[in-house]
Amino acid sequence: MNIHEYQAKELLARNGVNVPSGKACKSIEEAQTAAQALFDAGQSMLVIKSQIHAGGRGKGTFKSGFQGGVHLCKSVEETVETAKAMLGEVLVTKQTGPEGREVKTLLVASAEKIVKELYLAVLLDRNTSKPIVMASTEGGVDIEEVAEKTPEKIVKETIDPAMGMMPYQARKIAAALNLPSSLTGQATKLLMGVYKTFWSCDASMVEINPLCIVENVDETQGIAAVDAKISLDDNALYRHKDILEMRDLAEEAPLEIEAGKFDLNYIKLHGNIACLVNGAGLAMATMDIIKHYGGDPANFLDVGGGASREQVTAAFKIILSDPNVKGILVNIFGGIMQCDVIAEGVVSAAKETNLSIPLVVRLEGNNVEIGKKILNESGLELISGDSMADAAKKIVAVV
Amino acid sequence: MAILVTPETKVLVQGITGSFGGRHAQLSLEYGSQIVAGVTPGKGGQTFEDKVPVFDTVAQAVAETGTTTSAVFVPPPFAADAILEGVDAGLDLVVCITEGIPVNDMVKVKRALEGSKTRLIGPNCPGIVTPGDGKQSSGGCRIGIAPGYIHKKGNIGVVSRSGTLTYEAVWQLTCRGVGQSTCVGIGGDPVNGTSHLDVIKMFNDDPDTHGIIMIGEIGGSAEEEAAAWIRDNCKKPVAGFIAGTTAPPGRRMGHAGAIVSGGKGTAEAKIEAFREAGIQVAQTPSEMADVLLKVM
Repeated sequence: MNIHEYQAKELLARNGVNVPSGKACKSIEEAQTAAQALFDAGQSMLVIKSQIHAGGRGKGTFKSGFQGGVHLCKSVEETVETAKAMLGEVLVTKQTGPEGREVKTLLVASAEKIVKELYLAVLLDRNTSKPIVMASTEGGVDIEEVAEKTPEKIVKETIDPAMGMMPYQARKIAAALNLPSSLTGQATKLLMGVYKTFWSCDASMVEINPLCIVENVDETQGIAAVDAKISLDDNALYRHKDILEMRDLAEEAPLEIEAGKFDLNYIKLHGNIACLVNGAGLAMATMDIIKHYGGDPANFLDVGGGASREQVTAAFKIILSDPNVKGILVNIFGGIMQCDVIAEGVVSAAKETNLSIPLVVRLEGNNVEIGKKILNESGLELISGDSMADAAKKIVAVV
Repeated sequence: MAILVTPETKVLVQGITGSFGGRHAQLSLEYGSQIVAGVTPGKGGQTFEDKVPVFDTVAQAVAETGTTTSAVFVPPPFAADAILEGVDAGLDLVVCITEGIPVNDMVKVKRALEGSKTRLIGPNCPGIVTPGDGKQSSGGCRIGIAPGYIHKKGNIGVVSRSGTLTYEAVWQLTCRGVGQSTCVGIGGDPVNGTSHLDVIKMFNDDPDTHGIIMIGEIGGSAEEEAAAWIRDNCKKPVAGFIAGTTAPPGRRMGHAGAIVSGGKGTAEAKIEAFREAGIQVAQTPSEMADVLLKVM
C-alpha cells in the first residue's frame, strides 16, 4: 500500500524526523487557514503541493491547462488563488498516465531555504535479506539514473535486523554525505528516525528525495525531509490499524479494489485477451504465452488455490467490466481442486454473466475428464484447449 | 536417494488442527507419507484422525516421536514464531507453506537461522515431494500442498518459486513417462529460507538426479545467481523457464516477491543469464519438459 506525502511525513515526524511544518488541506478554507498560520509564525514563503500517489508532480500539468502540481506562494492571497487552480482538478504527470489523478488534498507547508539536496532511502536488500540504507549526495533527481551513471555516488549501509540501526552507522552515512560536522548530531537523529519509521511501520520502502540541508531564519543550518514517500508491506497492515486508515481508495484502480474483496489478485493491463488462472506463477506464464502467440493480455488474474464458484463468478464479472476484453482464456491446473468443480464454476459464471465473447478453457489435473464433459455439455459456446500452448493459440486465433 | 526428504522422513505438521493444515495432513497420510506428529498449542493430548498424536510444543513432538521435519500451516501473524520454534527444537528441515507473512518477520527469522542447523524452505510455497514407487507415486514423502498423484518416481529434479507452475512441469514430465527425484517449491516471497542455488547444489550432488528443471519469475536476482553457479559447476543438464515477460514494472504479480523495481529483476535479464550459463530456456511453459528431455 502506498500513502500520500503528507501521511508519510506524519509517520516520519512521529519518529523524530525533522519535516517542514505544514498541513494537509482538503478545502480552500483549510488552505487559507493553514497559510495564515504559517505566515503568522514568521514564514516568508510557502509551498503548496498536490497530494497524489505519483511522482513528477512539479513538472505535471492539470487538465485545465494550469502548469505544475507544486507551487511557491508569497502571500495568503496567492496561496488561495493557487489552491483554487489545483484542488479538485486532474493532474497529469509522467507517472499517472494520460488519465491523470484528481487532486483532493493539498499540502501547504513552509518553503525551506535549500542549501543542498541529498537522497536517502531505506529498503529491503533481497540479496542479504536485511534492510539497507541508501544515501547519495545527488538528491532531487532520479536515483535510478544516478545508480546507472555514477554508482560511486551512492553509499549503502546494511542494517542488522537483530540490532536495528546503530548510531555509528548513521554517523558513517552522514560523513559519506559530506555533511558539515556541525550537522552530525541532527543528521544522526534524522537517520535513526527514518530507519525507525521503516522498521516500526513495516514499510517496504521509505524514500526521502530530497533530503535537504536547509538554512534556518537565524542563518544556522539544519537538515529536513523536504519530500517523503513510504510504501508499506500489505502483509503487515493487520498490525497497523492507524496506517490502514491512511489508505486512499481513490488512488487505486476500482477493479482491483473489487477483486480484493473476493481474495482475487487482479491487475489490469492494456490488451484484449483476459485470463483467469490459479496460482501467481501460472497466471504470469499464461499472460506470457498469450503474448508469445501474438495476442495481448488484458489482465493478470490469480484466483488462488481454491477457485470456488463464487470466486470464479466474481472473476468473470471483473474481467468483463473491462471494455477492451474481446476473449477469455481460463487456465486451471486443478491439483487439489477437482476439475469438475471448477468446470461447474466456469459454466455457472458464464451463464450468470451472459457471456457473449469467445471463451477458451484449459483444465488439467484431478477429474479432468468429468470437467471437460461438463464444459462440453453445458450448451455454452466454449472452446477446449488441451495444453497451455494449444489454449493460447486458440484464443489468439478467435480474438 | 533424493534430496531433503525421503519416504522414511518423519514429518510433523504445525497447525494440524486447522482446516488447511488438517486437510493436507490427511492428503499426505493418504499418499503414504510418515506424518508422525501434529502441534497445536493448547490442543496437546488430542489425536488427529485417530492416529497422529497432537502436542503443545514442537520440542515435545521431537522428544516423543523423533520427528526431524516440520510442515508449517500456521496463519501469517503466528507463522514466524512457529518456524523459530522448529529451529529451537533442532529440526533438520522446516517447510513453511503459509502465505502472507510480514516481510520484517521473515527478515528476523532469516537472521535467527544464521548459524543454526535448520534449513527453511518457503514460506509461501507448495512444499516438497519426493515421489514413492506405489500407485500414482504414493509411498513417497509429500510435505505441503502439492497434488501427490501428478508425480512419478524418477530422476529429474524440479525447483520453482511458483506452485502451479511446478505442477505444470511435473505433470508434463509424468505424462511423458519421466519421473522426478524430488520437487521443491521454494516460495514466492522476497525473503525465503532456501534459494534456487541451494537446491541446485543439492541436485548436483544427488546421484539419483540426472537432470534439472529450474522455474523462476520476475523479481530479485536469485535466478541469476543460480545461473552463474550452474555455468561453472553444474554437471547435469538444466532446463529453465522464467515467468513474467509481460508483467508491468512496479507491480507485484500475486507473489510478494514478483516485482520489477528500478529496472531490476526483469524476465529478460534472467533469461539472458540462463542462456549465458548454457541453460536450455523454454520459450513457453508448455515446453518445460520437452526442452529438458531434448538435452538429456
